[in-house]
This record gives sequence, C-alpha cells and structure tokens, in this order.
Amino acid sequence: MTAPHPPEPSAEPAAEVRVEGERWFCRGPWTLQGIAGLRERLAPACLTSSPRRVFECSGITGFDTAGAWLLNDLLSRTEASGGQAVLENLRPEFQILLGLVRTRGSGAPAAAPPPSPGPLARLGCKAWRHLSEARGMLAFLGESTWTLLRGLAHPRRWRGRMVLHHIQHGGVDALPLVGLLAFLVGVVIAYQAASQLARYGANIFVVDLVAHAILRELGPMLVAVIVAGRSGSAFAAQIGTMKVSEEIDALRTLGISPMEMLVLPRMVALAVVMPLLTLYANALGVLGGFAVAQLQLGVDAYSFLDRFDDTIRVSTFLFGIAKAPVFALIIALVGCYQGFRAAGSADSVGRHTTRSVVQSIFLIIVVDAIFSVLAAITRLGFR
Amino acid sequence: MSSPAPPAVEVRGLVTRFGDTVIHDGIDLEIRRGEVFAIAGASGCGKSTLLKEMVMLVRPTAGSLRVLGQDLAAVDEAQARRLRQRWGVMFQGGALFSGLTVLENVELPLKEHTRLTPQEIRELAHIKIALADLPPDVAHKFPRHLSGGLLKRAALARAIALDPELLFLDEPSAGLDPLAASALDELILGLKESLELTIIVVTHDLDLLWRVTDRVAILGEGRVVGLGTMDELARSNQVQVRQYFHGPRGRAAWGAASREGTGWNPDSATP
Repeated sequence: MTAPHPPEPSAEPAAEVRVEGERWFCRGPWTLQGIAGLRERLAPACLTSSPRRVFECSGITGFDTAGAWLLNDLLSRTEASGGQAVLENLRPEFQILLGLVRTRGSGAPAAAPPPSPGPLARLGCKAWRHLSEARGMLAFLGESTWTLLRGLAHPRRWRGRMVLHHIQHGGVDALPLVGLLAFLVGVVIAYQAASQLARYGANIFVVDLVAHAILRELGPMLVAVIVAGRSGSAFAAQIGTMKVSEEIDALRTLGISPMEMLVLPRMVALAVVMPLLTLYANALGVLGGFAVAQLQLGVDAYSFLDRFDDTIRVSTFLFGIAKAPVFALIIALVGCYQGFRAAGSADSVGRHTTRSVVQSIFLIIVVDAIFSVLAAITRLGFR
Repeated sequence: MSSPAPPAVEVRGLVTRFGDTVIHDGIDLEIRRGEVFAIAGASGCGKSTLLKEMVMLVRPTAGSLRVLGQDLAAVDEAQARRLRQRWGVMFQGGALFSGLTVLENVELPLKEHTRLTPQEIRELAHIKIALADLPPDVAHKFPRHLSGGLLKRAALARAIALDPELLFLDEPSAGLDPLAASALDELILGLKESLELTIIVVTHDLDLLWRVTDRVAILGEGRVVGLGTMDELARSNQVQVRQYFHGPRGRAAWGAASREGTGWNPDSATP
C-alpha cells in the first residue's frame, strides 16, 4: 500500500541513541514520528553481545507507545542475548507506559496469520465455490418455480401493486435508453452494410440484413443487457441491503415469505415487460436501419416496407420475442439470488451486485447461443 | 508542556442548522486536557452532530470551534491532516473497513502517517490490539466475524493507533451486554490513565456516565442545559436535567453508583 501523504520531512528532532561502551544514551522524542528508522540504525549495535547494557534515559523528551515498544524491544533483545539490561533515569510517567507495553506486548506473542492455501487448494476452493453457487442457483430456481406455481393457485396472494411498481421501474423508465440505443444499433448495422452492398448494387438487401439482425438477435439481446444492468443490479442491491440489515429475517418472522414478497413480483414484472421492451427495441432498430437505407442507399419507404414484408416471417419475429421472457427469468433469478447471497457487510452487497450483472449477461449470451443452435437445427424462424 | 496547553476543545456560540431544522442554538463548552468529558442528552438532541463537528466531518453554521488550540474554521489542508493525526475516533458501529482484517485496520493509519517499516508497523499494531484487550487470534479475523464487544475493541485499537492526544467515542456502550459494556468502561479508564488521553464520549448510557466521566454536558433544545460532574448534575434543579436523572433508569444507575461509594445517595435526596 502506498502512502499518498508521506509525512513531511520532520523539522522536529528525531529520537537517537548514542552508544558508549555499555552505556546507551537515549535522547529526543521517542514517539511514533520520532523513532522512524532508529531500529535499523541500532541493528549493528544490537548484534554485539554484551553482558550488561545501561540505558540512560534522562534525555528522552517525549514518549508514547511506539517509543515504549522500541525501548522494550531493546531491553528484551539484550536479555535474550544473555545480557543484563538496566534502565536509568526514565521518568516515572514514562515507566508506566513501558510497563504497560511490557505486560501487554510480551504476554501474547504476535499471532501468526493463518497460512495461505497453496495453488491446488485455491483451485479446489474456487471450483467448490462455483459448484456450490450453481447448486444454490438451482435450488433457488426450484424454490421460485414452486412459489410461482403456488402463486398461480392463489391469485389473491399476488402483490399487484409491487408488480406494477417494478413494471414502472424496470420497463417504462427504461424506454428512453432502450429506444435510443436500439435506434443507434440499427443505424450502425445499416451503415456497415451500406458500403459493402452499394459496391454490388444490392442496396435493397440492407432490409434483409437489418431486419434479421435486429429481430432475431440484437433486439432481444440489447434489451436483456440493458435490463440486466439497470434492473438486475438493482434487484441484487435492494435485496442484498435488506438481507444485510436483517429486513429479510424480519419479513420471515412476520410470516411473510420473502420469495413471495420480493422475488415473485420482480420475476413477473420482468417477464411482462421484457417482451414489450423487445418489441419496442425491434421497431426502433429497424427505424434506424430505415433512416440509413433512405439517406445513404436511396431505398425509399415503399421498397423498404415491401422488402421487409417479403423477408420477415411472423415466425422470425416470434423467435426473437420468445427469447425475451427467458432472458427476463434469468435476470430476475440471478439478481434476486445474488441479493440473497449477500451477508455480513455493505462490502458484500457491492460484490454480489457486480456478480449479478456479470452472471446474468454471461448466461444470456450462453442461452442465446443455445437458441441459435436449436434454431439452426430445427430451421425454426427461418423461412 | 512548556506553555500552558490550550483546552482540548473550546466551543463558542456554536449554531448548526440543517435547512429549517435547528440542531444547535448557541452552544458554549470548554473541555480540559486530561478529562473524560461526556456529552449526553435525549436522542436527536444533536450529540453526535456536535461530535462530528469537532472532528471536521460536519461544518457548523456559525460559531467558533477550537480543537487542541486550532480554530477548525481556519485550518488549511496540511494543518487539518496534522490535526487528524492527533485525535482518534471510535464510531458507533465500529466503522472498521470490512475488506481488511483487524490487524490491517489498525495498521492502516500507521502506514499512512508514519515512516516506520512494515515489520515495525505490524509489531506496533499487535501492541495496540493487545492494549485494547483483544485476544491475539482476533488480529487476522475480518470485522464481520467479530461479536459486538470485540468489534468495539477493535475500533478502539484503530482509534489509538497513532497515540492520539484526544479520543472521541461515539456511543461506546451501545449494543453491548452489561458485562461487555462495563469491561469496556474499565478499558477506557485504563487507557486514559496510561496513555494520558483526553476522552470525549457521546453517550446516553447512565452507568457509563456515572462510572467513567469527570464532567458531563447535557444537551437539550439545542443548548447546554446542564454542565458539571455527575454529582452536581444529579442535584440540579434544571427541569430537563431532572427529567434525565430522575426517570426510573436514571435513579437505578444513580443508586448503583452511590452503593459503590462513588456517588451521592439518591434515597436521601428530597426534591
């Protein structure tokens, strides 16, 4: 660790020891700031063994626990090498402090830090952590499914207000961000395509490219990433804070299931909101592509819509939209689960919030890849 | 020690307002060197805010505040840094850094503010931990693994890391069982004796007030409503001070203190 404020070169005098045979004259302020470096300077003198050392202390002007510690260290080193240590003229008020450090400092030898594990043990620990995390996640998935099913059986236990609250926060409030980013992604894709397609005179195929890319892949993915960053992290932070401040325990003692009160509304809200957000992102993404097609490639509105209708099937659109609830489930599950994993301190809430975002984006991309492979095998969503 | 040392803390006409809420409305206090001074009062009377103003965490709206002879309104950055090395603060919840072990927590101020070697810092930190009556194996634990009593001691060890002249304690006994609280009382008294500390403690623990403090200021309605030793305050006829001392718990603590022979007997007191 670096010291951002190195103490100023001290104008005050430093503690010093003048060695004259067996008499050691100690002078100056034996304080935290004063004793810096003194022990190293004395190291060679300490090595010479001597049957008797007299510490003449009348010159000591200041004394605190650091000074007492150093003096005690010198005394005990002399004694350890078989010599006799004598203190002379140490002021009585300083003697009290020295006595305190002697009794406290030497009574308990400094405990050694627990040994740090070797590389193999660390690997094992890491693997075990990941495994137990995966198992916990699976258990959490089971528990929330069960809660959801029970919720379906007792619709009156649904917390409609909470669901609406999360729809507002996770969905409606995300509209500007999602809209802008989707539009820009559409613009970027069309631009990339424009230079290549124009070379072959295949301008009209910009429609195919933009429509397929946005509707099948980028729309749902973009929404999922934004929602994971906005809502998933918020879920982890909210629930984590509640966990750390024992609010979750309070809920349990009040006979309210935290799963029902906290997890279910978030899950339902995201499952409702994400397909809608995806639809919205699709529309704006295509609009972005449309703008570039018109300005850059000279594809007019009529041809664009005509080609769009030809190239996109309802199944293509539905394939994209169908991913959204799955992603929603992942984000809500991971966010809430990481929130519940937080324990102990505020520090842990932060760690688990970060982990929730990383894990959900990871899972989203993995699941998206699985979707793509399955679609390629079954020809689902293609013509 | 050459010139007469200025008072540890000098507060003159201190006013604090947060928006429309008046917290302090003209507080005057003088805290002498070497005493254990308590700031007491009902919840929300501005005790903790006063403490935060003394350690430069909150800036008062008006009035002057001198700590260890320095006017806090006039210090520059370098002076503020030196001043901060001369006091230690123990926060109510400990406020130990949760990512560091107890030992590293105590080492941190030493690393930042001294030129000692890592080895020396480590040994000194172990001494501070021992001075705070912590068992040595606690040194390598993280704060989240400590009980309330140990946490307070660890916080105290960090507060005395730089051998401060002035020690601020915010609610030291809050959240402790009576046994741990009284052990902490003893520890505070012992440290005061051996390290020649001036201690300023914010508390509403009546037992602690009786056992540890030299003088007490009681805050109410933004002012100092009572100031003096516990004996003097207990005999005061000021309404708010009487309410404070003559509630059922106040009488119990008073009785306990007088049975120990340290206080004045409440049973012979006739209002």
